[in-house]
Amino acid sequence: MIFGYPLLSVVIWLPIVFGGLVLATGNDRNAGMARWLALLGALLGLLVALPLYTGFDRMTSAMQFVELKPWISQFNIHYHLGVDGISLLLVLLNCFFTLIVVIAGWQVIEKRVAQYMASFLIMSGLINGVFISLDAMLFYVFWEAMLIPMFIIIGVWGGPNRVYAALKFFLYTLLGSLLMLAALLYLYFQSGSFSILDYYQLPLPMNAQILIFIAFFMAFAVKVPMFPVHTWLPDAHVEAPTGGSVILAAIMLKVGAYGFIRFAMPIAPDASHELAGVMIALSLIAVVYIGLVALTQADMKKLVAYSSISHMGFVTLGLFLFNAYGMEGALLQMISHGFVAGALFLCIGVLYDRVHSRQIVDYGGVANTMPVFAAFFMLFAMANSGLPGTSGFVGEFMVILGAVKVNFWFAFAAATTMVFGAAYTLWMYKRVIFGPVANDHVRHLHDIGGREKLVMLSLAVAVLLVGLYPLPLSEILHASVNDLLVHLARSKI
Amino acid sequence: MSYIATLFPAYAEIFLLVMIGVILIADLFMPGQTRTVTYLLTQLTLLGCSLITVGTHVDGIAHLFNGMFVDDLMSDVLKLLTYLAVSMMLVYSRSYLIVRGLFTGEFLGLTLLSMLGMMVMISASNFVVLYIGLEIQALSLYAMVALQRDSAVASESAMKYFVLGAMASGFLLYGMSMIYGGTGSLDVQTISAVIQHGQANTMLLVFGLAFLVAGLAFKLGVAPFHMWVPDVYHGAPTAMTLLIGSAPKLAAFAFVMRILVESLQPLMAHWSGMLMVLAVLSMAIGNITAIAQTNIKRMFAYSTIAHMGFMLVGVLSGTLDGYSSAMFYAIAYVLMTLGGFGMIMLLSREGFEADKIDDFKGLNQRSPWLAFMMLILMFSMAGVPPTIGFYAKFAVFSAAVQTGHITLVVWALLFSLIGAFYYLRIVKLMYFDAPESHEKLYLQPDTALLVSINGLAVLLLGILPNSLMIVCAASVQQSLLLH
Repeated sequence: MIFGYPLLSVVIWLPIVFGGLVLATGNDRNAGMARWLALLGALLGLLVALPLYTGFDRMTSAMQFVELKPWISQFNIHYHLGVDGISLLLVLLNCFFTLIVVIAGWQVIEKRVAQYMASFLIMSGLINGVFISLDAMLFYVFWEAMLIPMFIIIGVWGGPNRVYAALKFFLYTLLGSLLMLAALLYLYFQSGSFSILDYYQLPLPMNAQILIFIAFFMAFAVKVPMFPVHTWLPDAHVEAPTGGSVILAAIMLKVGAYGFIRFAMPIAPDASHELAGVMIALSLIAVVYIGLVALTQADMKKLVAYSSISHMGFVTLGLFLFNAYGMEGALLQMISHGFVAGALFLCIGVLYDRVHSRQIVDYGGVANTMPVFAAFFMLFAMANSGLPGTSGFVGEFMVILGAVKVNFWFAFAAATTMVFGAAYTLWMYKRVIFGPVANDHVRHLHDIGGREKLVMLSLAVAVLLVGLYPLPLSEILHASVNDLLVHLARSKI
Repeated sequence: MSYIATLFPAYAEIFLLVMIGVILIADLFMPGQTRTVTYLLTQLTLLGCSLITVGTHVDGIAHLFNGMFVDDLMSDVLKLLTYLAVSMMLVYSRSYLIVRGLFTGEFLGLTLLSMLGMMVMISASNFVVLYIGLEIQALSLYAMVALQRDSAVASESAMKYFVLGAMASGFLLYGMSMIYGGTGSLDVQTISAVIQHGQANTMLLVFGLAFLVAGLAFKLGVAPFHMWVPDVYHGAPTAMTLLIGSAPKLAAFAFVMRILVESLQPLMAHWSGMLMVLAVLSMAIGNITAIAQTNIKRMFAYSTIAHMGFMLVGVLSGTLDGYSSAMFYAIAYVLMTLGGFGMIMLLSREGFEADKIDDFKGLNQRSPWLAFMMLILMFSMAGVPPTIGFYAKFAVFSAAVQTGHITLVVWALLFSLIGAFYYLRIVKLMYFDAPESHEKLYLQPDTALLVSINGLAVLLLGILPNSLMIVCAASVQQSLLLH
């Protein structure tokens, strides 16, 4: 508690309290108040998280800003919070995107504004809780609780098939979570505590490690999502409102990868090595096969959803290479994918708000009527294809470098994404933006306004900054990544 | 005077009995349909009972009537929660019953009488006393289900309830007589001591045990003895359903504790296997059948069957943690059930029962606050954190894992996943669907307030479950270790 107040608790609870306040503004007569209050909450949420970055000690891999209080004494569960480099960046990403989503939904959402804004604020706090928790049960509570607002967001403000998508999303993730709960109970009876840090030191026999790894895999792979449990994602994305898609792509998917980093790998390092082949294979299938699937999509949101799965394949690939390049590349890819996928979904949202279609064939020649928008969209499309100078390049390049060290063919397969990624993104871009004006809808489009420009600009700056000068990120990650690699190298049998 | 002073552990029961008489007589002289005076008198009686129970609390265990009656921490905690549940049930059902012309003096009297039965069950330390308590409770409930004389459905379910309940009582008595034959005693502690010293024929005891477990399963409503539950829940007026579904489960938990744990603990190897079959069947039948229901009362009935199955998982673990987790589960269940049925009664009005699942369609557009409360209750029943229902399941599973019942826990997890589906469906109807009618909701302010408190309690106890867990653990520990 360097700041004299429990910083991490504030980061978790401030958005949730504001969510409650927004909810209290009631029905849509007070929509304006709900919006401003939500903006204030999201802004304050980001501001209170900034001291984490400035006050963070980059030299150590130890948990920082730690808070520790007993919570449920019957089960030795503690309210135990702390951040390392990995979770710090994800918390900042989350707070940033909450603000973006609140601004992006400003006018678009017209019905039940207060509930919409409140859901995002509450979810933001809960996701912060997921990243910050150092007690496995606390983590689990936040992990499950964040499903509830997401379920509501998809189901209430989503598209025509929203109910199916919401239920699929919830039940898929609940299945994985319940298996994780079983694994946590086992670990609890082995170690007598729910502290994640204690689990790192806990010796476990190989078969137990494998079972634990599989249970965690079920929980986290669904969230990443990895092939073959990815099928909920396109449904959820297509039916979610723009803000929901942005949070889903930018943050929710990272939660799965974070789970691997925080739980599965350091708790079961031997099983991780044993099953690394499977994980790499699944990751490469995601990268190559899902990349090809993306190529054939006619729906823009579905295309970006599949592209997300493909890019997250890079993340899991990088993690299971067990070297510094791969690991750090995976983490940078997580951050970068957050910005890029979030931005792409916002771009699609901009088009959807005007034309109410996500089909590529309904567009064409948008550049003629929306030049500013087309420029921003171009940048994000390039970033999605991994153009050097954008954030998309750094992570993918490092993962490929890491893969070369392990096996040339892994690297080769992964590198095909440079081709496929460019193909599906730019082909979509070409069909939507270039060419002559396709129809009346496009002819009557008006370019993005000040609010949308602000959102696009901030994301564009982020994408370029990470692409050109990733050092501020990687220096925060460095100590934590090295520590993780040390954990992974040490056998626990 | 000195004799009366020694009766202090039973003061609450005696007070209640006197007050039942007073209320029944007073009711004769009260004109009108609303019965404000007797209603308030009933609530005051409940308050008085709680004050007496708290006031006569002693550290340690107090026995009375030659050890037939026991007053320990567990009985005090369960009794206080029973008063609370009955009091909440009265608030929820008052306007519901007034509208239907059922808010009679008999209703109040029978409610309190059934509560007396529960209190006797909770404090019984002798098989016969247990049985008497059970019958006081059950007979009052049979009558209450039949209170709506001109309703064929209600009469039918009262009949079913009575016939099947009587059969279950027969089972119980038969089992008790076997145990008596084997051990020569009906006293809970003596039986336990006799069996522990190996002075009884185990085969005879296990034979009796099977009947006892069957009778208990009937009363708890667990599969395959669950057939009465959906019909009675569905047929009875919602207020009676709420009474049947809530407080008696606390008494039934005490019943299980006194019979299976305190007296027949040495036979645990036998009963824990029987309970396992019951638990798995209940979780399976309850959760799967609930999916097909279109009537929310029937759905809650099957969900109750499933919940009782989860509770038994805690009991059959056979450890202190297991029993305390089962107690926690029973309390959590009662709290959630009260809220759920309270919501149904809040939304109902004259000529409209609000008991179809579709009646919840679009509730979020008609009343966002109530929809939010129902959302909390549904997620709690599904066992999603941060609600009390999650910790109930968590505690039960953790006790079962600790004793090595891994396969059982995997099944239980699977069934709770299936269960999540139909609870989610209610949330889906409330939030995602358009309302079928846009009629303004007429909400009784007292009921609406209590539903809100109830829903928030489910959430709050989910965020801070520690103190309730400690109370449960302490209660179980005291009644089992300090014999």
